[in-house]
Amino acid sequence: MTPPVSPEDRLDNRTDAGQQFLTFHLREEEYGVDILCVQEIKGWDQVTQIPNMPEYVKGVINLRGAIIPLIDLRLRFGLEEVEYGPTTVVIVLKVESDGRERTFGIVVDAVSDVYDVTDDQLNPPPDLGSAINVNYVSGLAAVEEKMLILLDAERLVTDEALTRSVDPSEATV
Amino acid sequence: MSIDLSQFHQSFFEESSERLQEMETALLALDPAAPDEELINTIFRSAHSIKGAAGTFGFTDIGEFTHLLETLLEEVREASRTIDDDAVSTLLESVDCLKVLLDAERDGTDKDHEQIDTLAQALRELIEGEGAGGDPAPVTDEGAAPAEPAAPDEACFEVRFAPHTQLLITGNEPIRLIRELGRNATATAQVHPATIPAFASLDPVECHLAWTIRVQGDVTEEAIREVFEWVEDECDLEVENLTAAAPTDANDTKDETDSAAAPTPASEAAPAETPVESAPETAVAEPSATPVSDPAPAPDKAPVAEKAAKPAAPTDAKKAAPKAPASASAPSKPKETSIRVGIEKIDDIINIVGELVITQSMLSEVGEDFDMSRIENLKSGLVQLQRNTRDLQEAAMRIRMLPIGFAFQRFPRMVRDLAKKLGKQIRLELSGEQTELDKTVMEQIGDPLVHIVRNAVDHAIELPDERTASGKNPEGTIHLSASHQGGNILIQISDDGRGLDTEKILGKAIERGLVDPSEASELDESAIFRLIFAPGFSTAEAVSDLSGRGVGMDVVRRNIKELGGSVDVHSELGKGTKITISLPLTLAILDGQLVRVGDQIYVVPLVSIVESLQIAADNYNRIGRNGEVYNIRNEYIQIVRLHDAFGIPTSSDDIMGKLMVVVEDNSGKAGIVVDDLLAQQQVVIKSLETNFQKVLGLAGATILGDGTVALIIDVEGLIRLSKTTPHKTPRAASTEEPAAEGGAE
Repeated sequence: MTPPVSPEDRLDNRTDAGQQFLTFHLREEEYGVDILCVQEIKGWDQVTQIPNMPEYVKGVINLRGAIIPLIDLRLRFGLEEVEYGPTTVVIVLKVESDGRERTFGIVVDAVSDVYDVTDDQLNPPPDLGSAINVNYVSGLAAVEEKMLILLDAERLVTDEALTRSVDPSEATV
Repeated sequence: MSIDLSQFHQSFFEESSERLQEMETALLALDPAAPDEELINTIFRSAHSIKGAAGTFGFTDIGEFTHLLETLLEEVREASRTIDDDAVSTLLESVDCLKVLLDAERDGTDKDHEQIDTLAQALRELIEGEGAGGDPAPVTDEGAAPAEPAAPDEACFEVRFAPHTQLLITGNEPIRLIRELGRNATATAQVHPATIPAFASLDPVECHLAWTIRVQGDVTEEAIREVFEWVEDECDLEVENLTAAAPTDANDTKDETDSAAAPTPASEAAPAETPVESAPETAVAEPSATPVSDPAPAPDKAPVAEKAAKPAAPTDAKKAAPKAPASASAPSKPKETSIRVGIEKIDDIINIVGELVITQSMLSEVGEDFDMSRIENLKSGLVQLQRNTRDLQEAAMRIRMLPIGFAFQRFPRMVRDLAKKLGKQIRLELSGEQTELDKTVMEQIGDPLVHIVRNAVDHAIELPDERTASGKNPEGTIHLSASHQGGNILIQISDDGRGLDTEKILGKAIERGLVDPSEASELDESAIFRLIFAPGFSTAEAVSDLSGRGVGMDVVRRNIKELGGSVDVHSELGKGTKITISLPLTLAILDGQLVRVGDQIYVVPLVSIVESLQIAADNYNRIGRNGEVYNIRNEYIQIVRLHDAFGIPTSSDDIMGKLMVVVEDNSGKAGIVVDDLLAQQQVVIKSLETNFQKVLGLAGATILGDGTVALIIDVEGLIRLSKTTPHKTPRAASTEEPAAEGGAE
């Protein structure tokens, strides 16, 4: 075991070989999620809206018989809304939290690439202020002269809007 | 080396729960005056199986307690003891106690040792009390002596244990037996590998070893024999008491003839551990299964006295082993839910899947080289596919169906206990136990049923004197029945008790402010009966320990409503009451009315819909700024605008001429305004919570024929929701902020 690169415990259990991340674009930045969480990538299609949900919950879709929610990551991170175009995709993630498995989709501008990220390329997340909720970021990585913002898929799903029943009066927060 | 037994714990718990259920059923059926031998055997077998398995898995508390139970039962079985009502009660309590113990082991929680000790003491008293006294049968002789709990200090035994070669095949593991010997005493084992054949002819699944084990400490011969009781037929066993005092035994029951491997005491060779290492790992199996595999008994040789000394003589082991017939069964409260399914249900599915495969290959053949001339083949293939799919769906649903007898089985005991406590004579009749319904429905109907039956015992059935005085049989009857009716299951609970007194109910309802006195005279009989389901209503004159706290029937009705069912009461004063519960067979499929609102399609459960109508301006009324009501035949109902409640963009705010679906729920009626009524169809309910969360106003989602998702409306939630999101006039432009101004609940 190599000593952890950062005090952030999210990084502790990485293997020497590092991890693979699927990266995607939101605005100009490139984000990554652990590829082991990614179940599939599919195009944007019609959704069924869920009433009284925050704006970033786009609705639910039928994924081979399972009903899964879709989150618009741009809206979730407070970025400006864009028209969905031909490159807009849904990345379907499967994570385990609180002992149950959940599947959900994130809507992103476009998928980019798959990168190997080794431990020494990883940096703990800086304080990003209010622009993006740093809670979801597990670390930053410099790969091929680019900076990747690595997201923690599990924390995306433990988002309060996806787990708790939202009181209608608070739904617009 | 040691095998992880914990993987078998779950099945141990389930089996034990079943055994306890069997014991309870048999105990209840047992007539102390004329005990049925078969029933006693059943009880004994169950206790014995639990004991054996508990020992194997190291649940000593359960093992010890069951042992006491078994000792008592053994005496009953040998007819050396008569069983009376009190003994049955004690045994029933013991069953409860075992249930608690099992639950505690399963959950890893603390056990209530006080209760166990008290009961164990009660059992011991029963055993020691009149057990030996009243009967001429030879119960005790010196053979039984070691069974007495009087602990011999530092006893010393030499155990010569020579397993037959097939021991391992039957799933027994010598090392565990030896370890078991060492649990409460010091055991030193010596192995005799003398009979091991040449390597070339060695079969790894055969056991060629024998042991001499010297056990020293606080043990009895009986305890030692008990360790080997599951393998008694598959080994040569000798136990010699080396304690200075008079050796108690003429004990070797076994023919020592075939003991090729008969060990000589204290001889050469390696310590026990090493050779066992070579024992194959296959050695663990369900312990209760082992004796079955060896059908060669020689039990006749064992004298009766000997049997009394060892509650689990080989004969018993053999009887215990054949499992109680394939009564598929569900433990009462499984934490890790599993379900036992009849083999024929599985076979059904496999058959259908077979047909499906045939259909599939037929269709792919048609598709491979398709021209219009084959359109007929295609059509018939699709028809077949449709049929296969429907069959498969039905067969799959049937897997979840269990006979309602499982929900009923707790009642005989409950009624018996309650009746005893209240000094009433009550006979419980069950019918239609084979009626099947969905497991989930059954789990949730249990508590309401208990409540209703308890009410019947407590309030409806009169005391024997009172019954005789009114010319009835002093023994009251409660009848529980279940039957299918259409897509529903009907459960009826009827009694021949005092019936519901309409005047009393009405009086109470007025007193509680549930009914306005001025309206009282207008209520018909069935309306009055329905009052007992109103929250805060209870007719019991005295609040008793059992029921009558006024939180009863309303909860019952709510639970049943939640399951999509209904409940109804019929009663005749002085003659009895009949409560009828109607439940859907399954929760997974729902009859729904599809409605369109904006560009979204929703499903309204058909069961909640009263009627659908077109809104006419004449009947439309406003109340205050936000309230809207609609007059239907002089009844004013709240109008729910789905657009507003769910924040869906709509073309026009004018609802005149639009369609309204009138729904009814616990909280009353409401009219849901929709843009269009579409088809009625059965939909499969999918949970939103699996991957998402519960949403107020929605009961779930479903997938329509075109693959899109439609949300299913939860009528009660929607009505609540609509109260927090009143219709806004003029309409707030933003649809992204559906409920911004709505107050929190």
